[in-house]
Amino acid sequence: MYKEICSKYAPTKDNLIYILHEIQDAEPQHYISKEAVLAVSDYLKLPENHIYGVMTFYSMYSTTPRGKHIIRLCESPPCYIKGSENILRKLGIILGVEVGETTKDGMFTLELCACLGVCGNAPVMMINEDVYGDLSEEKVEEIIESIRGRQ
Amino acid sequence: MVNNVNVWIDGKEYEVPENMTIIEAADKYGIYIPRLCYHPDLPPTANCGVCVVELEGAPVPKRACCTPVAQGMKVVTNSLKLRSYRKTLVEMILSNHEVVCPTCVANNKCELQTLANNMGIDPYALPNIVSEKEVDLSSYSIIRDPKKCISCGRCITVCNEVQTVYALTNSARGIESEITTAFGRGMALSPCVNCGQCTVYCPTGALRERSEVDDVWDAILDPDKHVIVQEAPSIRVSLGEEFGLPLGTVTAKKMYAALRKIGFDSVMDTNFTADLTIMEEGTECVNRLKAGEKRPLITSCSPGWVKFMETYYPDLADCVSTAKSPMSMFGVLSKTFYAEEHNIDPAKIVSVAIMPCTAKKFEARRPELRDSGYQDTDYVLTTRELLRMIKEAGIDFANIAEEEPDEGMSFYSGAGTIFGATGGVMEAAIRSAYTLVTGEELENIDICAVRGFEGIKEATINIPGFGDLKVAVAHGLGNARKVMDRVRASLAETGESPWHFIEIMACPGGCVGGGGQPYGNDIASRARRGLALYEEDCSLPVRKSHHNPEVQRIYEKYLGAPNSPLAHKLLHTNYFKRSISDGSVVSEATKKH
Repeated sequence: MYKEICSKYAPTKDNLIYILHEIQDAEPQHYISKEAVLAVSDYLKLPENHIYGVMTFYSMYSTTPRGKHIIRLCESPPCYIKGSENILRKLGIILGVEVGETTKDGMFTLELCACLGVCGNAPVMMINEDVYGDLSEEKVEEIIESIRGRQ
Repeated sequence: MVNNVNVWIDGKEYEVPENMTIIEAADKYGIYIPRLCYHPDLPPTANCGVCVVELEGAPVPKRACCTPVAQGMKVVTNSLKLRSYRKTLVEMILSNHEVVCPTCVANNKCELQTLANNMGIDPYALPNIVSEKEVDLSSYSIIRDPKKCISCGRCITVCNEVQTVYALTNSARGIESEITTAFGRGMALSPCVNCGQCTVYCPTGALRERSEVDDVWDAILDPDKHVIVQEAPSIRVSLGEEFGLPLGTVTAKKMYAALRKIGFDSVMDTNFTADLTIMEEGTECVNRLKAGEKRPLITSCSPGWVKFMETYYPDLADCVSTAKSPMSMFGVLSKTFYAEEHNIDPAKIVSVAIMPCTAKKFEARRPELRDSGYQDTDYVLTTRELLRMIKEAGIDFANIAEEEPDEGMSFYSGAGTIFGATGGVMEAAIRSAYTLVTGEELENIDICAVRGFEGIKEATINIPGFGDLKVAVAHGLGNARKVMDRVRASLAETGESPWHFIEIMACPGGCVGGGGQPYGNDIASRARRGLALYEEDCSLPVRKSHHNPEVQRIYEKYLGAPNSPLAHKLLHTNYFKRSISDGSVVSEATKKH
């Protein structure tokens, strides 16, 4: 699978982040494995330490397996002022995990992120590709319940 | 053609080449700009910000390390604003640094300590925020201590750009960033070849050798142990500087006296086995030449280079001399030949090597280097570790009366001593190979074409009866990579190597610039130490390895002849193919000898 993804791109190092994105998206556990890094290293002729440096620099990439749904709560100042801290506490209680952890059932990973660009609707979070704004503690509970219910 | 430009530094006009940075221009004229991450041997990383200067017309201060000079530029190196900036920066760096100066190996050599002291920094100006980070103890050679790391990035530059080893990298960012290996596996599980250049350029004690000083003291103070010590060629020109002697003073006989005073039972010399290496490797070379071998012979003394070859060029492992390094030849002989001659149970012999090198610690622990039936070399101390022992013993090194070494494995020729500088092994080998091929003595034995600090040196030496011997010398693994790529490509295209014989040393400058050498080990001091070895060579009565009477004696009494079955059993080794990811052995690269 890794070779297939790599071969869609020219073997030049400016394609590194695109290849890493596509590999991570294709991985059900939303992460980039050591085997994947080795394959990319081979294809782009880039040392593994270099790739590791890039993928840990960007918070979008993960080096460890994550849940099916990745929650990214904005921790930038506008969301903070509008109470993102309370939302984070609530998410922690509902999911039973700390930031950076994955629920035991493998459903959710809780992460923090920088501004999502919709400060008008602060506090904001993303779950996979969907944005949820104007969050309150009640609303967060409903969102998580509805995703759980869909399974 | 580089043009000059005129710049004003602190109100005075200077003419400097236009391709210089501000800090280079200031250094050229002896104007000091405070700095921390900048090092003149390395490209700037521009991480610390301490070297900020004010430029007329620029809204904010600029970093002198990475700002090029320009015509008419007006630079101010000190002002109220700059002092305040720099103080804040150093306070912030100190607040995220584990301040344990009294017991740190870098104490009194630490660039952060010196800078903070010079600037009168209050260590409690900001609260210390060092987080608990795991110290990487995985490697036999190098300890990485993230709590002392100030993220200057020099180690990454030297590891990736100079040495092309690709072990160290920056991970994450901001307060969580850490200099580490891929996936944080640890130095021992990375492509790290243990060259230790990162420990040389680390401004603090964050990267340092794994010390074996205590183990060596334990052995010395154990009455049941017989502790024998050998010292690499470059050690004798690297000890004096710490005790106020001029850089590059040859202190071989003071070194023997100090080692005896510390309590070693037998003080010998690695230079003896350097001469022995020439006999084994030179014979191997001549045999290959006579057989019309198309692949080159490459030297095998440098353990950083050997692991680099096993990691990146295992397909060329058969080109590397099977001769063990001088250290490992000494190690095995100390527990066989020496033990028999002195009637000592080899189990009681502790063989210690003083090396300019961190990679030798790894080499000593290679499982294949146990041909004596024991670990051939028990402990390896770097030059820095020996300096600590000399100081702990309270020895006045500069004034200690000179002594001779013990006899048997200590006599050396000038060829043996120049092993410590780039080109030295090649020159030593040519001096003896000439005789091995022609049966005559080489008259002009100063082979200047292979001396000096150019990264890759080439020469052609005419040997009557053979023809032109083409040789190459590379030092620094980045240069080794260039040479090996050319060999690989040439072998693939024409089946023939561009050179017959190649010398490679992992560290820039050779062993005089080794990863275990005293702090302040920059290119200029490496060059001075190297010259000192050539000066010693000129002053010695014997300058060719095959004229070394103790070498002749060991062949007569014990080994037979160079490359004899016993010499092969004890003095030669084999190589492995290693994983680029974690350095582990994948398979044998050459047959077991």
